[in-house]
Amino acid sequence: MSRALPAGPGMARPAERAAAPAAPAKRRARDIDGGSPFATLYKWLFLLLVAGFVVVPLIATVLGGFKSLGELRTNPFGLPHVWEWSNYGDILFSARYWQLIANSLIISSLTVLLVLVTASMAAFVFAHIKFWGNRMLLNYLTMGLLFPASTAILPLFIRVRDFGLLDTYLGVVLPQVAFSLAMSVLLLRRFFKDLPEELLEAALVDGCSYLNFFRYVTLPLSRPILATVGTIAFVHSWNGYLLPLVMLNSDAMYPWPLGIMVYQGEYSAEWSLILAFITLTILPTLLMFLLAQKHIVAGLTAGAVKG
Amino acid sequence: MVATALRSRRTDGQLPALLLFLPPALLLFTIFVVMPVGEAAWYSLFNWNGFGRPTNWIGLRNYFSVFETRAFGLALRNNGLIIVVSLLVQLPLALTLAIMLAEKFRGSVFLRMLFFMPYVLAEIATGLIFSFVYDGDYGLLAAIYRAFGAEAPHLLASADTSMAAVLVVVVWKYFGFHMMLFIAALQGMDRNLIEAARIDGATRVQQLRFVVIPLLYPTIRLSVFFAVVGSLQLFDLVMPLTRGGPADSSQTMVSFLYTHGVMRMRVGYGSAIGVILFVICVTVAFTYKRWFMRDE
Repeated sequence: MSRALPAGPGMARPAERAAAPAAPAKRRARDIDGGSPFATLYKWLFLLLVAGFVVVPLIATVLGGFKSLGELRTNPFGLPHVWEWSNYGDILFSARYWQLIANSLIISSLTVLLVLVTASMAAFVFAHIKFWGNRMLLNYLTMGLLFPASTAILPLFIRVRDFGLLDTYLGVVLPQVAFSLAMSVLLLRRFFKDLPEELLEAALVDGCSYLNFFRYVTLPLSRPILATVGTIAFVHSWNGYLLPLVMLNSDAMYPWPLGIMVYQGEYSAEWSLILAFITLTILPTLLMFLLAQKHIVAGLTAGAVKG
Repeated sequence: MVATALRSRRTDGQLPALLLFLPPALLLFTIFVVMPVGEAAWYSLFNWNGFGRPTNWIGLRNYFSVFETRAFGLALRNNGLIIVVSLLVQLPLALTLAIMLAEKFRGSVFLRMLFFMPYVLAEIATGLIFSFVYDGDYGLLAAIYRAFGAEAPHLLASADTSMAAVLVVVVWKYFGFHMMLFIAALQGMDRNLIEAARIDGATRVQQLRFVVIPLLYPTIRLSVFFAVVGSLQLFDLVMPLTRGGPADSSQTMVSFLYTHGVMRMRVGYGSAIGVILFVICVTVAFTYKRWFMRDE
């Protein structure tokens, strides 16, 4: 599936291959509706119902940030009668919000960078170099797919503490990288293996070293899979809660999921402020989703399937 | 001659790559994944608060006390409930939507994206949004109750309803992901089979029942597997909603591990929970491999 990624422009994903062949559009349209107009009606009612279930909480959250507390109580669903810009304004002009976003960005970027570097190098070796123990070491890494970080969270905490990395970005980043390695190496290795074998042979004959081949041939050809693996690592790191919760203990280091929990604790009943804060923290995620939906959808589903 | 030259060239340059490329990943993995898991097994045999070295060996007593803790039973039950709801509600919902949206028509791509969106949102944000939805004073649910002149319930604050409330959020957040799995499978499917069935006079329902669904079995298994694994990892979503409460009524395995092990710095006890969770995860993974992948 991941191999199909580069092909589709815009929204067209692996899908296209199968859907494309001739069958006239008209007949297919009738296909889904089962023909009868009632079926179409029920189908749309059902789809709208589910869409409402998904969207109403989100819209109410965004709009809630524009309401005064009093209005929120009487009118939680509708548009605000008086648009209260101060909730959003106060947060956007607070150092606190930007500190959280900055921390999250630093942690996620470091994680992505380290995952891409270490995983692609290892995947390259597993894909192209035959040595005694290749298979064994790959299986060893693949064990990482079997269990989540939470199973070993306490020893992990003690380890990070003994390294003196508690309350540092690295204390969160290194375990995150380690736990994403298994999936990343598998995805990358498969892609590397699917690249034409002749490339490597030709390069070797011409006296190119493995290191240069990796640097100048494999990596440039692997941009789509690197984007997919990077996106998966980024989303997990950006949204991650348990590892930072255990490893960090000063507000100044908190990424946004921790910060927003603290914020909620402080302003427990001031829902309009909290809703504005939630909106502003999910905004980067939603923007990224809209911009990179191709990689995110394909990455998260393909990544999961490969596991 | 050429072949041997080629071969030696091939092996010549391999060593630097091997020595440079493999160690970073292997070291990170060993230090931060494999060793902690081993240490969890070791620490779980001690009564230890994390300071100094573990010296107070108590054998398997941590495990006994985990099994005796009421919250552990509740966590297991809740993880089971999540799996049941995933199978009975989420999976049929995702499958139905996938069958509707796998075809191209106006709005289908938009709806797919819309339904997938909750999966991308952070669990923490989702949990907070729904703690607003459920809020007895300001929440959306409260407004609906008030519109009918009824007293708004505090769902999250009652031990009887807290888990049900969490389950709704679980479905809200994850059905889109399962839908996408099915859509990907449906689009990879050989349309000729469906066409053949149609030409042979199969009705729409028969096509689904006898052709499409059987072809989807591997994906259905995969979806079940993810539901099980996801349930075993569920934590971030529960924290902003209930923190496992009230009275442990909405604990999951991981939130139980966090609230009873990590927060109280009971390293031995918490490690024992971790080991139990580890054993469950590995068993699930191998069972899946054994029973579900053999005919592929």
